[in-house]
Amino acid sequence: MKPTNINNPEYFHKVVDCQYACPAHTPVPEYIRLIAAERYTEAYMVNWESNVFPGILGRTCDRPCEPACRRGRIEEEPVAICRLKRVAADNKGEVKSRMPQAPEKKNGKKIALIGGGPASLTVARDLAPLGYEIHLYDDWHKGGGMMRSQIPAFRLPESVLDEEVNYILEMGIHTHFNHYVSSMKEMLEKDYDAIFVGTGAPKGRDLILPGREEGAKNIHIGIEFLANVAFSHVDKIGKKVIILGGGNTAMDCCRTSRRLGGDEVTVVVRSPFEEMKASPWEIEDARAEDIPILNNMPPKEFVVENGRLKGVIFEKVRAEYDENGRRKLVPTGEPDVFIEADDVIIAIGQDNAFPWIERDLGIEFGKWDIPVLDKVSFQSTLPQVFFGGDAAFGPENIITAVAHGHQAAISIDLYCQGKDILDRPSPMTNLIHQKMGIHEWSYDSAVVDDLRYKVPHEVKSITLTNRKIEVELGFDPPTGFKEAQRCLNCDIQTVFTASTCIECDACVDICPTSCITFTENGEEEDLRTRLSAPAENKTQDLYVSEVLPTKRVMVKDEDVCLHCGLCAERCPTSAWDMQKFLYNVTKASKIL
Amino acid sequence: MTYIKPKFRHPGLKRNKIGFAKSDYEGAISTLCAGCGHDSISGAIIQACYEMAIEPHHLAKLSGIGCSSKTPTYFLGNSHGFNSVHGRMPSIATGANLANRDLIYLGVSGDGDSASIGLGQFCHVLRRNLNMVYIVMNNGCYGLTKGQDSATADPGSVSKEGSNNAFQAIDLVGLSLELGATFVARSFSGDKKQLVPLIKAAMSHPGFAFLDIISPCVTFNNNPGSTKSYDYVREHIAATSRLDFVPEEKEITVSYEEGTSASVRLHDGSLIHLQKLSPHWDPTDRDSAMNHLQKAKSHGEILTGLLYIDPHSGDLHQLLDTVAQPLNTLREKELCPGRAVLEEINAEYR
Ligand SMILES: Cc1cc2nc3c(=O)[nH]c(=O)nc-3n(C[C@H](O)[C@H](O)[C@H](O)COP(=O)(O)OP(=O)(O)OC[C@H]3O[C@@H](n4cnc5c(N)ncnc54)[C@H](O)[C@@H]3O)c2cc1C
Ligand SMILES: Cc1ncc(C[n+]2csc(CCOP(=O)(O)OP(=O)(O)O)c2C)c(N)n1
Ligand code: SF4
Ligand code: SF4
Ligand code: SF4
Ligand SMILES: [Mg+2]
Repeated sequence: MKPTNINNPEYFHKVVDCQYACPAHTPVPEYIRLIAAERYTEAYMVNWESNVFPGILGRTCDRPCEPACRRGRIEEEPVAICRLKRVAADNKGEVKSRMPQAPEKKNGKKIALIGGGPASLTVARDLAPLGYEIHLYDDWHKGGGMMRSQIPAFRLPESVLDEEVNYILEMGIHTHFNHYVSSMKEMLEKDYDAIFVGTGAPKGRDLILPGREEGAKNIHIGIEFLANVAFSHVDKIGKKVIILGGGNTAMDCCRTSRRLGGDEVTVVVRSPFEEMKASPWEIEDARAEDIPILNNMPPKEFVVENGRLKGVIFEKVRAEYDENGRRKLVPTGEPDVFIEADDVIIAIGQDNAFPWIERDLGIEFGKWDIPVLDKVSFQSTLPQVFFGGDAAFGPENIITAVAHGHQAAISIDLYCQGKDILDRPSPMTNLIHQKMGIHEWSYDSAVVDDLRYKVPHEVKSITLTNRKIEVELGFDPPTGFKEAQRCLNCDIQTVFTASTCIECDACVDICPTSCITFTENGEEEDLRTRLSAPAENKTQDLYVSEVLPTKRVMVKDEDVCLHCGLCAERCPTSAWDMQKFLYNVTKASKIL
Repeated sequence: MTYIKPKFRHPGLKRNKIGFAKSDYEGAISTLCAGCGHDSISGAIIQACYEMAIEPHHLAKLSGIGCSSKTPTYFLGNSHGFNSVHGRMPSIATGANLANRDLIYLGVSGDGDSASIGLGQFCHVLRRNLNMVYIVMNNGCYGLTKGQDSATADPGSVSKEGSNNAFQAIDLVGLSLELGATFVARSFSGDKKQLVPLIKAAMSHPGFAFLDIISPCVTFNNNPGSTKSYDYVREHIAATSRLDFVPEEKEITVSYEEGTSASVRLHDGSLIHLQKLSPHWDPTDRDSAMNHLQKAKSHGEILTGLLYIDPHSGDLHQLLDTVAQPLNTLREKELCPGRAVLEEINAEYR
């Protein structure tokens, strides 16, 4: 193999698994250390700079960082990254003065943001400090988009949402609430220099089966139901409720039903449990509220008698997979099942919908009514129009919407200055030596054995009585500290200097997880088989040095390195050094 | 701060045939200087014991005084151990071995411990062919007492403060061949490929197995002009052979070329395969080993590998014709068999 080029910022970035997996690339270990140091305000600001909604995300993030966390590869569970974020948000001090404000003097450019969800709000936050005049349109009476209309208050209290939405709106954003934009043509005719579309994926899928029309009064579309609850248009539901679907929306619908009078709430999914889209923790929380989940039962018919919904008939199937892994649901031959219901909620997915964008404006649409966009700049085929969030490539999550928002803001800023929008700014990186003494580093290098701590919950008999009572209580600071200590500090990189290595083997001998090998060079596949421990995780890189005096090379498998620093402590010549790598995605305006 | 080794290990590492992980053969975290050759030797001992699937309670570590003699704390934390007095490890080993012949005895010493204060003890334990592995971690200096030249320092070798050593060196390998050792090898701490099979072979040898392992002292004897530095040793090393150790029950899969290879079958059935790198040398011929050693020395080479082995070695218990049962397990019943037996014995002398 060729020597690894550690000057490429992506090499070390990839070693910080959590940050790499995060769509916004939040510097996770950096803020976890700040939490351990009880510097909650700073920890909050590191988050805010990157993900804009630390308090919201600390409760609701889809957390792609956690399955990626290195700790999950050496023991049972990853660091509770998401809930640590909440610790920062819950315990922070005053933060407003640390946030940039919009300058008095504007730069003369006007931007329209259509939709008031996390994508648009991120664009607003990134552009307002640069002096843009920003107009935000949303059809609801408050900002937040689906974070407000969909995510139930028992998972995300309104006060937390208001606080973080307001940090942005208070940057002099002109809001046009209760304003449904019904024509893009009209928007283009106004004097906006650029338009950002962050309207989400607002159309809930329906399920057309016999009885659908007759039972319409008691058959609801999941996201419409949740929005109606959120805005207090609906405050009760029947005693027996069936939720169709196995995603996160279904989990929110069933738990909400439990709080509105649903005593017998059942979730029914058509396919096997393993294929449920909902996150494992959402499923766990639903089960904890006595909600059975039945699988392998596709619905066949809504049973309506005398104009009243009686229930749903389900078929029984099992999944079969062909050699390409394609699934087929085959009837088992067992008799159909009838489940009684007063109300049924259909939560089987959402789609994009742009009925308000005329098709003759030069904005092209592709398959499934999704706009044709440049994947990097988020620019549409009409140069002054940009898309982001769920509106761009279909429904995702908040953190993806934020990541899109940052990139779209950069594009809009470049576009308004007449610059090449594909000339993207490089990330800010920094690699600094951490040694303080012979056995001392600027970080807690000792690796603790603690298993993941559980977030305490409010008692069920209380939470089920009121949909606004938050279920999760968050870690208290002492538990937050202990959980923070589980982080392996993967951003503290092991940096190797071949010219000073005397090949004494000390690092090989001390490394607890057998990461380091000195051996003859070879092709990657071959090298992976002859290291101190087999390097079977191909998603993790091998760090290869230049040729050493004995004609061998140093090969480090990054996979399960504990970042314990022992190699560097045992190295007589400091050929190994622990260096903190900070990687920060550049934003349109400098926030911190 | 890290004085504790994390408990996590690579999840892909296998257990050996008696169900132990390699970490079960580790000891406390080392307090030796970073980069000390001795730590690599500890690593090789751990690797060899893990691969040999030694039951940790079936091995005793014995040592004298010195940085080298401290190392038993850093490996085989679940085995027996005795850190004795400077140069007196052989006496302890002899006593222990006579009391319980069933354990594997692993003696660890330094060049100061064995070639200066303990030279007499070293010679006697060797000529008695006590069944043990005797490792000298040879750095040419007294590391623990701040690097004074030891008796194995080569004449002319430059110490850290710049003085040339005026005296002749004691070559422990030459001495042991001379005194009739039945297993003699030399190796280098920085060459685990050679060292691990040598340690395994030494543990299988029934008798005194001597390993002189050059092990640079990074702090006091790794300077230019020293003949025990990492650089010097690497430049002057000359291996006698490439070595494979094949335990008894393992199938022999490697094929060796006639003429350039030799194999030695040990008592327990295991096999040592030597891929000879230097011709005209027979590892079972003491004269040839001594000749070879002298020749290498005059060429300024450091000869490594298994230099001599007596496949017919019989250890001290065999020489003394002791009972098969460990003496420390003999109870009053066996030791005082009663009047009738005494009568019988006495009758023999009448
Ligand atoms: C039930 C449910 C639960 C969810 N839970 C989570 C979760 O726990 N964690 C997570 O990360 N994600 C979750 N999501 C997904 C997340 O809410 C979305 O991915 C995210 O909000 C998308 O942000 P966005 O900015 O693209 O648009 P949205 O948040 O969808 O906001 C778009 C806004 O634009 C408005 N709008 C649409 N068209 C117009 C128009 N023509 N004129 C004016 N206004 C318009 C909409 O009413 C809406 O307010 C959930 C989604 C659902 C449905
Ligand atoms: C009876 C006695 N004399 C002297 C000493 C001082 N002393 C301690 S270690 C040592 C030399 C150790 O040298 P070596 O065996 O080569 O070990 P190294 O530290 O080099 O590994 C000496 C002389 C002692 N501890 N006891
Ligand atoms: S241990 Fe910490 S830094 Fe490492 S991947 Fe997990 S959370 Fe990220
Ligand atoms: S920091 Fe060094 S010693 Fe620790 S696990 Fe990583 S490579 Fe091994
Ligand atoms: S003084 Fe020398 S022999 Fe002793 S621990 Fe340090 S390097 Fe090793
Ligand atoms: Mg010494």
